[in-house]
Amino acid sequence: MTITLSTDTVAQKLQDALPDAVEETRDDWIVVSADRIVEVCRFLRDDDDLDMRMLRSLDVVDFIDRFELRYGLLSIRRNHETTLKVRVWGRENLTVPSVAPVWEGANLQEREIYDLFGIEFIGHPNMKRILLWEGFPGHPLRKDFA
Amino acid sequence: MNVIPDSGATNYDIEPVLLNLGPQHPSTHGVFRIRALLDGEEVVDVEPVFGYLHRGSSKLAEERSYTQVITLTDRLDYLSGMSNNLAYVRAVEALAHVDVPERAQYLRVMMAELMRIASHLMALGFLINDLGAWITPLMHMFREREKVLDLFEMVCGARITFSYMRIGGVSHDLPPGFDAALNAFLDDFAERVAEYEALLLENEILVSRMKGIAPLSGERAIECSVTGPNLRASGVNFDLRKQAPYEAYDRMNFDVPVTQNGDNWDRMWVRLQEMKESARMTRQCMAEMPDGPTRTPADFFIRPPVGEVYSAIEATKGELGFYLVSDGTIAPYRCGIRSPSFINLTVLRELCVGWKLADLIVNFGTLDINVGEVDR
Repeated sequence: MTITLSTDTVAQKLQDALPDAVEETRDDWIVVSADRIVEVCRFLRDDDDLDMRMLRSLDVVDFIDRFELRYGLLSIRRNHETTLKVRVWGRENLTVPSVAPVWEGANLQEREIYDLFGIEFIGHPNMKRILLWEGFPGHPLRKDFA
Repeated sequence: MNVIPDSGATNYDIEPVLLNLGPQHPSTHGVFRIRALLDGEEVVDVEPVFGYLHRGSSKLAEERSYTQVITLTDRLDYLSGMSNNLAYVRAVEALAHVDVPERAQYLRVMMAELMRIASHLMALGFLINDLGAWITPLMHMFREREKVLDLFEMVCGARITFSYMRIGGVSHDLPPGFDAALNAFLDDFAERVAEYEALLLENEILVSRMKGIAPLSGERAIECSVTGPNLRASGVNFDLRKQAPYEAYDRMNFDVPVTQNGDNWDRMWVRLQEMKESARMTRQCMAEMPDGPTRTPADFFIRPPVGEVYSAIEATKGELGFYLVSDGTIAPYRCGIRSPSFINLTVLRELCVGWKLADLIVNFGTLDINVGEVDR
């Protein structure tokens, strides 16, 4: 059975290794500050106990005042998982550092989010639309898209 | 993934040719385009281009009630509607805390495994078709798939767009005569699989075109978030039915086929073996299924409490997950779909570069993507 790690344990490890990267710890996920997401992910991947080798899923929700990115991480070797979140405030010119250099599995998923939500990932090797055509007006999964 | 310039690249000794495979191409099984840069017959770079079948399922889901969204999931991977239904209703049940009766759990497992047989048959049939064995072997596979679809038609009246799974259970119990029909199919299927194994695994052309071609290591597969039979062919024993059992899978006796090389041959072999395991599980479900209700009553306009859930199952092509966010109304606030076909495409470039153009078609075939699920 895949174990969901206690967020307190993971947050404590993060706090020890990367002070002030964690913004908030909830029962089911850890909120990480957007500009430190890459170092956090690299730490979670390379730490031997955590061993988050796979980015299971990357998704996002539009909460009008902010966007919340959800990173589902999985370690197949240790058979456990954890969830990170990143909050992006505002509506225009949104940028988040890309985790594609950490896990290549983020490549297509980040492009999809850019296409449908209009969040640009800095450091992504090929940041362009994926499902819609170049020149499509707007980002259709945003709540204000009519 | 490198970007292919629109007018071909310039830093090669001879000018490479940019070849557009698709969007309309018999080997892409849908509307899918591959931009391949060729140096003679060798593939130098590959870029998949898709979105031609994009229907905006996630956006549509935000304007429909939780129950109505089930019909949208049928149309994601249109070769495995039952698995899609199951992944979605499980997410809603987790969000709204709805229990499922035991008989319904067995029915769900049975349908999902029959669906896996049908989907893998299509994967293998079209693969052999792409390898040049024109249509005849494909029709053999179609023959078995038709029988599976006949069984589904007996149960719920539909052959492709089932909407069989409902929030809290399934829509219909088994009809009279299903038991006999299923047993007849399974007896026949055991013989057919043996026939396929003899035809496929001992075929010299298949061996020479697939063994050792386009290997994918386990580490790379994990790094690229590859799931499903493609991951297990690369030597990683990870199957959500074993690692995180859902419904009645904890009571099922089955093995997870795993191979070590991760080449085209292994990807085909794993699917062939999985069909046998699925048939075994179907038989066990039928034998051990308890009597009782098949559905817990839930409101048609169900209002899950405010919150969110990510729930995933081992669908036919890999991990199919639904990320549902509820704001307490009758419609999901966000319905994110983690689609295995889409994410498995991350490795397409790596599998094709350095191999011949003829191999590209086969490498793409063994990845077993479904365009309906890629584009959503």
